Amino acid sequence: MSGESWKEIPIGGVIEKAGNSKEYKTGSWRSNRPIHVPDKCIHCMICWIVCPDCAVKAKDGNFSHFDYDYCKGCGNCAARCPKDAIVMKTELEAQKEDEK
Amino acid sequence: MNLKELSKQEERLESGHRLCPGCALPMIARQLLHSLHGEPVVVGCATGCLEVSTTIYPYTAWKTPWIHNAFENVAATMSGAETAYRVLQKRGKIPKDKKIKFLAIGGDGGTYDIGLQSLSGTLERGHNLVYVCMDNEAYQNTGIQRSSSTPFAAATNTSPVGKIKKGKEQFKKDLTAVIAGHHIPYVAQASPHNWVDLMKKAEKAFAVEGPAFINTISPCVPGWGYKSDQTQEMARLAVDTCFWPLFEIENDVWKLNYNPGDKKEPIINWCKHQARFRHLLKPENKELLDKFQAHVDERWEWVKKQCGK
Repeated sequence: MSGESWKEIPIGGVIEKAGNSKEYKTGSWRSNRPIHVPDKCIHCMICWIVCPDCAVKAKDGNFSHFDYDYCKGCGNCAARCPKDAIVMKTELEAQKEDEK
Repeated sequence: MNLKELSKQEERLESGHRLCPGCALPMIARQLLHSLHGEPVVVGCATGCLEVSTTIYPYTAWKTPWIHNAFENVAATMSGAETAYRVLQKRGKIPKDKKIKFLAIGGDGGTYDIGLQSLSGTLERGHNLVYVCMDNEAYQNTGIQRSSSTPFAAATNTSPVGKIKKGKEQFKKDLTAVIAGHHIPYVAQASPHNWVDLMKKAEKAFAVEGPAFINTISPCVPGWGYKSDQTQEMARLAVDTCFWPLFEIENDVWKLNYNPGDKKEPIINWCKHQARFRHLLKPENKELLDKFQAHVDERWEWVKKQCGK
């Protein structure tokens, strides 16, 4: 939207592109990061239904990955996981491991 | 209700909204949208956290038609939208077989307090829509002021705890019973930790002809003062302490959906995790805690009696 003149803004403040909040990434809010442990996961999809940010991505009815662009690190997925297949790490710790 | 199958459905509340980490509102909203299984729906939101944070200009998280409303008029707006749909269908501008659902969402401020009048009118006129209240028990969006839904003894910025006053002095309004007094086809109370129950109720609410109302408990991380990963647990405890019973009223017949029985927990188990109830843990405030517990027990017995238990 930046760079548009006011004449180009739709009348009534209508937002014409549905779901364009995706352009705003909330992953930088995160101070804790959920890490998936594939060996323990039974793909029950509880993490998917409880995620407030649609950051748990599913594929063909199975857990696929976390979308770290939007995950705010609340930890409800890890708290509800029945198999401890999601571990919460501090963002600092996780970033250090990424660098290795 | 198979989560594996549901996860193949399209997501209609997108990522990138700016609700707090661990907020229960998008959990409830997603469950509601998934319970429609892709059917077209028009959503209206009354002023509140969900409305403000999902639609910060120039962004929207909604992939459905969505109408912004003031605090008091979401029920009125949606009753108008529903009427327009019926009229356009009658005039042949919308095909006869095209079904569109209408969903109005309000917080406790917009439902228990400010929007009650327009909601009551909508229910009385019998519009075919679903109203969902997401009850986080205070005006959390404007900075945690008390509402008529705030529970007894809870601290908010307008019912603080000091030497003389100890949080809110009044009990919570029983809005679900007020709505039941309208004798509409479907009324229910649900919680996001029990998604099977919530989504079944949403399916029923969308299926009935005429108005339906669902009241949902929506734990609030900053307002209630607990750790962000405990949202689901706070919702569960609200139900297991019988502070928030799960029941439904179909054509004036009450039915209890969940009875913890012997596993009913004391209200302190719910309160002790929350900063707004911190003062209740002090020995000198035991009287308050006992009064709160007695009130919860009294309400629970009343609900059970309505449900014939």
